[in-house]
Amino acid sequence: MTPSETFVIENLRLYFRTHQGPVQAVDGVNLTLGRGRTIVVVGESGCGKSSLGRAILRLLPRNVQTYSGSVWLNGIDVMTLTEEQFRQQVRWTRLAWVPQGAMNALNPVIGIGDQIAEALLVHQQADTPLSARRAVEEGVGQVGVPLDFLDRYPFELSGGMRQRLVLAMALITHPDVIVLDEPTSALDVLTQANIMNVLKTIKRSTDTRFVLITHDIAASSELADDAAVMYAGQFVEVSGADQFYREPLHPYSQALMASVPALRDDKRLAAIPGQPPSLINPPTGCRFANRCPARFSKCSEEPPLFPVEGRLVKCWLYEERSHA
Amino acid sequence: MPNDLLLSIRDLHTWFELRRWGFVRVGFVHAVDGVDFDLHRGEAVAIVGESGCGKSTLAKTILGLHLPRQGEIIFDGRRVRGREDLRWYRSRVGYVQQDPYGALPPFMRVQRILEEPLIINGIGPRDERVRRIRTALEDVKLTPVDDFLARFPHMLSGGQQQRLVIARAMILQPQLIVADEPVSMLDASVRVEILQLLRGLQERYGLSVIYITHDLSTVRYFCERVCVMYGGLIIERAPIADLLRTPRHPYTQALLAAIPDPDPENAHRMRDVPSGEPPSLLHPPAACRFHPRCPAFMPGICDVHVPKDFEPSPGQHVLCWLYDDTGLVAPRPAGRA
Repeated sequence: MTPSETFVIENLRLYFRTHQGPVQAVDGVNLTLGRGRTIVVVGESGCGKSSLGRAILRLLPRNVQTYSGSVWLNGIDVMTLTEEQFRQQVRWTRLAWVPQGAMNALNPVIGIGDQIAEALLVHQQADTPLSARRAVEEGVGQVGVPLDFLDRYPFELSGGMRQRLVLAMALITHPDVIVLDEPTSALDVLTQANIMNVLKTIKRSTDTRFVLITHDIAASSELADDAAVMYAGQFVEVSGADQFYREPLHPYSQALMASVPALRDDKRLAAIPGQPPSLINPPTGCRFANRCPARFSKCSEEPPLFPVEGRLVKCWLYEERSHA
Repeated sequence: MPNDLLLSIRDLHTWFELRRWGFVRVGFVHAVDGVDFDLHRGEAVAIVGESGCGKSTLAKTILGLHLPRQGEIIFDGRRVRGREDLRWYRSRVGYVQQDPYGALPPFMRVQRILEEPLIINGIGPRDERVRRIRTALEDVKLTPVDDFLARFPHMLSGGQQQRLVIARAMILQPQLIVADEPVSMLDASVRVEILQLLRGLQERYGLSVIYITHDLSTVRYFCERVCVMYGGLIIERAPIADLLRTPRHPYTQALLAAIPDPDPENAHRMRDVPSGEPPSLLHPPAACRFHPRCPAFMPGICDVHVPKDFEPSPGQHVLCWLYDDTGLVAPRPAGRA
């Protein structure tokens, strides 16, 4: 049913068990990503976007209550694999992950070069330490880090350098999909621009797919082919980047865009009133309804994702346009 | 109007001593290395820079939390030096911290958090204190007040915590607020709310505000003037509109060019980023501190002579030899765009 070139997520759910009841962190997410494309997932903190990243990679905490759905990669549903098969065949070899705060993700007592080589050796992509070393040198050159850094330890490097090395680590196995969770949010403006340049270069020269998870809408536009807006565990809008940044459709996307300060034009900033809903007992109906300026009687029922001119919007306002 | 001046900083240096084995002095980190700065009453000034440029140290020195090694702070016409001065000074200056959760004591209720500074400064009786606490909470829109008085910080959302931090900074009715990255830990949607709140309070009470941030794009919504810091120095000072229209210092230009706006075109172009890293403040580069990374580096000038303060357009000050119109050191035409 799935062409082997695409990466498809169907109805992915991840609920956590708590004393107050299940937290519906990821609640029925669908996503399709073609070869060489990048989708950005934007949303406020607590909307479930990092949980989505972890759910894709199956990096789960112990208190998982529900974990279901399908993740199709190269024609197989990796959700059906056992944990050991997933570890051997998928994680890091096909699906790699750059964690949040990646610059603190390096092991402080192992040299940089050895850490990156470890991934290759564990996943049998290099037979000898020497050939691993050669591959590491190539990969590190790709992210623009001088080779003499390979013999250093993480504390000797700046945040931007460490971030690039973690990126090199994710790229070293030539995965099909890389999930980047807030790759630049802890970095300075110049360093951030630098990392984005590196990512753009990699994106152009390989056909790796990226899932970029971020709360920084301005920075997300640096890499996006497609954009998805997440709210309360669900995608409320999925759209091509060109249309999304120019004219977001969902009232939440519009409010989010209006809250982003712009350096170059004189727009008025507007905050979004109210709080995101609790994911323990999310409201029935549209989850954004009680903060929404455009709400009407229909919003007490849950809207489906309406297709509107090649985009998807989870809002009753677009019911008619989707039939037209 | 000299009387208009609230805070004046002259030649301020804050250095941190680095020792090895506890007693061998290795050197000094020149976190703030010669800053002059004036702040008028009712004015909001931003200090912008990357991490490690010394902006937080400058803020803490202004607050009297670090002692300057050299230089002076003159507040409201009075030089701040000894213990007595500091006591007087601190009750007139409010501090809004970066991380609201870390800045609030987790075991105190909202009422207690706000009452503490009043007790310490001998403000009473109790009714008066309660009245001021209620006003402060209303000012930051933590209403209805009675719902919040008995809560602990962990029972508040991030935005509400930051409002409480602002209320605490305001409770002594200060003349100056120093806000160190007040919104960098918050979501975009909440960020706007907090900035608008601060701006509203600033206008209502005629407060002066020093807004420390790394994010230039929020500055235009909040401040009239901006200072750009690099390597422990203020390298450019200008009204915000001028700085955004014509940034003068090559570093400011690079900083502005690196900030994205939400625009799908971004994905199709690379950004110009100067190579290299911010300088070590232990051994800062000689002369101009940006010269090892500068695209307009002039050998023999920028690495030899310390740049002076030039004013290429009225109100816009820049430490860069490109704007030398005296021709003494750098015989080049001024006013490079």
